[in-house]
Amino acid sequence: MKLQKATRCALFAILELAAGQDRQLSANEIAEKYGISTNHLAKVLRSLGRVGLVEAVRGAGGGYRFSGNRRRTTLLDIIQLFETIDPIRNGEREDGDNTSEGKALCQVLMEIEDTARATFASITLDTMIKMVERGR
Amino acid sequence: MANSQLKQPEKKCTVRLAREADISQVIAIDAENTGLSKDEYWKDLYERYNRRPSDADEDAPLKSVNRYRFFLVACDGDSVLGFIIGEVRAWEFGSPPCGWVFAIGVHNHLRQGGVGNTLFDALCDRFRKAGVYKVRTMLARDHTLIMSFFRSQGMMAGPFIELEKEL
Repeated sequence: MKLQKATRCALFAILELAAGQDRQLSANEIAEKYGISTNHLAKVLRSLGRVGLVEAVRGAGGGYRFSGNRRRTTLLDIIQLFETIDPIRNGEREDGDNTSEGKALCQVLMEIEDTARATFASITLDTMIKMVERGR
Repeated sequence: MANSQLKQPEKKCTVRLAREADISQVIAIDAENTGLSKDEYWKDLYERYNRRPSDADEDAPLKSVNRYRFFLVACDGDSVLGFIIGEVRAWEFGSPPCGWVFAIGVHNHLRQGGVGNTLFDALCDRFRKAGVYKVRTMLARDHTLIMSFFRSQGMMAGPFIELEKEL
């Protein structure tokens, strides 16, 4: 499974900002660590700001701060701001889907989508940050 | 989606084997969590897990299969704050001995107060004493809140997949 670029940027930024109480970082600092474009990351941060997950801090030494609840925000909450991980469950159809073979294939793909959704929906930022810390 | 960083203060509690007098409170917690009151189910579980006299002493050596079953409660005095049930099972589905968590429940208003963590740790300690070093559970895919709890304990998808069909 592959996540889109914007989704990965958002996850990296949120994990970075939520890693410490009142942690404040600039888009540049985050972009540099993950080797991503600052412009792209700035757009992503604006999207995260619109749903209240991050807030911009103005002035000298400004940047961004996590403003959500890391024990209640899940990976799915962030991912679905940028992409759909279960297109078939959401009604997206492709050529051949109306044939018996297509229907059987959709059934198998939906099983995979449902598992992916449950996985992302059950991993909070807090759990993810603990996983990161264990891996250090 | 975003909300405050408010976290419940850690709730102090002690964990011990459930007693008959606790069961009505366990039933109430489960009913609060699930919306269903299952009196007979809980009474039957208590009979099967903790009723034998050998279960009265938690430090007794593991003599019977019954010592591998644990119905625990977290208490503050006489108040039951939460419960957890687990047992060591071996060779089912080809699996070597492993601790299974069957049920966990905590009063809704005490969530995020650490009671679930304390119960889970207490059960894992008993599993270790029983000689197993892996703990497993099974959950409905759409019960993401409880799945989040087990994930927060470091649990990940295991090597088994549950399959079923309509009959």
